[in-house]
Amino acid sequence: MSTSRAMRQSLALRFSSSAFLIFWVVIASFPILWITVMSFKSPVDAFADNPLDVIMGPNTLSRGDGLSVIDIVLGLAVIFFTLRWMFTRLPGWIDSYSPAGLKVLGWVVGAAVYAIAFLVVFFGILPLILGPLNSILGPLGEPFLGLTTQHYVAVWGENEFYRNFGNSMLVTAGVVTISLTVGTLAGYGLARSGSDLAFWLLILALIFRALPHSVLVAGYLPWFINSAEILRPIFGDVSPTLYGQPWAVIAVLVAINQPFTIWMLRSFFQNIPAELDEAARVDGCSHFQAFRRVIMPVMWPGVITTGLFSFLLGYNDFLVTSLLLDAQNQTMVPAIAGYFNRETTTTDQVEAVAAAVSITAPLFLLVMVFQRQIVSGLTAGAVKG
Amino acid sequence: MMKFKTFFAFVAPSVFMMVLFIALPLVSVFIQSFQITQPVMQQMEVETCTPGFITQTCVTEIKTIPTIGEDGKVITTTEWVGFESYRNVLQMDKVWEAVASGNVKDILQIDFWKALRFTLMFTLLTLPLVIGVGLLIALTVNNAAKAVRGPVIFISLLPFIITPVIGSLSIYWLFVGDGILTAMMERWTGTNISMFAQAWTIELLMYFYRVWHVAPFAFIIFYAGLQTVNMDTLESAVIDGASRWERLRHVIIPHLMPLIVFIALIHLMDCYRVFEEIIGFRSQAHVISLQWLTFDFLTPDDAGNRAIARASASAMLTMIGIVFLLILPLRRTWRDHKGSAH
Repeated sequence: MSTSRAMRQSLALRFSSSAFLIFWVVIASFPILWITVMSFKSPVDAFADNPLDVIMGPNTLSRGDGLSVIDIVLGLAVIFFTLRWMFTRLPGWIDSYSPAGLKVLGWVVGAAVYAIAFLVVFFGILPLILGPLNSILGPLGEPFLGLTTQHYVAVWGENEFYRNFGNSMLVTAGVVTISLTVGTLAGYGLARSGSDLAFWLLILALIFRALPHSVLVAGYLPWFINSAEILRPIFGDVSPTLYGQPWAVIAVLVAINQPFTIWMLRSFFQNIPAELDEAARVDGCSHFQAFRRVIMPVMWPGVITTGLFSFLLGYNDFLVTSLLLDAQNQTMVPAIAGYFNRETTTTDQVEAVAAAVSITAPLFLLVMVFQRQIVSGLTAGAVKG
Repeated sequence: MMKFKTFFAFVAPSVFMMVLFIALPLVSVFIQSFQITQPVMQQMEVETCTPGFITQTCVTEIKTIPTIGEDGKVITTTEWVGFESYRNVLQMDKVWEAVASGNVKDILQIDFWKALRFTLMFTLLTLPLVIGVGLLIALTVNNAAKAVRGPVIFISLLPFIITPVIGSLSIYWLFVGDGILTAMMERWTGTNISMFAQAWTIELLMYFYRVWHVAPFAFIIFYAGLQTVNMDTLESAVIDGASRWERLRHVIIPHLMPLIVFIALIHLMDCYRVFEEIIGFRSQAHVISLQWLTFDFLTPDDAGNRAIARASASAMLTMIGIVFLLILPLRRTWRDHKGSAH
């Protein structure tokens, strides 16, 4: 596309436009970047007045935790190639090793193996190589940048954050799979039915979407706490207390997520031409067979996108999980609140920062891998109006 | 077209979930808001003994304690109390007192009115900011070289997908007591600044956080919308001598209008539920929101009791706002639907 002379912009406009863009990029990334830096420093450095002290970490360095030039160069190289091969080589490896028909499983296993291999190389092999290398190389091997992983060790080890991580994974995996199973069926039905009932259902879903979640939780709590007694006449002595059960929280989050899911999937299914399933119907398929044989193979882009947003809802939730789960099976985000309560020393504060960064890291990877899907998901509902 | 039976089979699981976990809880909340469940109290003579010097010292007193049933649990009764829970939440007597005495500001000392004031102000003030900042980012990204657009979109998505509690915490840590930005401001102004000691600075940071968090969403949608602006219209506007500003006002903004309406609707819905900021900024002593108020009633107090009745009443009061919020868009959708049917 060639820009005509009249559309060309003055230097001042171009300059202020890029200046604003740089300003926005800094604002958007700074808080996240800064807490990441803080989480690797000793408490004195993390809350130092001078930004340079926070970055360089002199106090951390004096306590014997530091990196030399060689450490940084090699460490960054490992991270760079891990990320690069994740996009260039990993898909190929998974394709060649996973048996046909089990692609999804292959990806799960492949990603897990890849992550473990990275951890082994980064935390196992790399320090072994760097130790002797640093002592040989003199000034290049001299540590100059203070950096410590002690807060991560404390959070994941002593404070058993991996339990919360496991609970978070359980809840989000449940929310995503059930939301999508229930939601695709409904979304397809709504997209292919022009009836008034479908319209009213969508309007009702829109109203449900606007409800504050605390309103709903106020409705669940009395029932969930007393569910063992309420359900006793039906299920006898096996009737469960729903309060504190992860699967009850999954059910609740799936329901809360349904309005959004069916709206989004409906708009994706509307983009799949109806002639496709009509052709299958002419060949003698029922609606369900048409859905399974013709629609299912082409619906995955929409389903993946919707799944990402379901993941975010389950992963980011604070309100529902903090009120409906007890301390033993708390997910990650509400568990952070536990740090507030005992956040008395600065060490506790930096541990809370490390926990926060731990929660953000998977989201960072998510955007890296699925940027295109997230953008298309955001625009799918809106641009069509 | 689908037969009703097939349609029903497709949507049934989804409808079942929504009825069981959204519609029925709403009915339950409505009923709970008129009831109070309390433990049955009884008066009992209790003898408490403390080991003393030589002999024990024993005191016998009459105490009111909850009755324990045969199964070892506290027996409770549920009573209909009419609007009492609503009165407890609204505290109208104090409101009238404040009006009568001329200290209208005292109304904002009452939790519910304090929360309502903040929620409404927050919703209405962030709306134009989010739309304006989102549009500005979209215009500048659209103006930038193709190679930088991908990375800029990547970075812009980070504040949007970050867990809201963590996002507000990350800003909290920049400004908390000895946070880096507070230290910087103190160096510039030469005064002692504490951002979390008074309501207005906390609110300012909350507005900032919300715009930071939601503007990327507006940006992505506007950016997609900008790709479909009709170039011919733009060029003819240039030929007619329209300035850049006039083109923005008369061509681009009208083109983006449906998107602005969409973003405004989503933003109003989400902002009215403002909650995570209160947790992240730990602002409950100064600034609270309606959803936080319900959350607080539902959180067990020191004795382990949850104020379910008051939570239900405050939840129902919150719902009134939702009705106002949705009335206009729903009326419009209804008209469109009727229009398309004929």
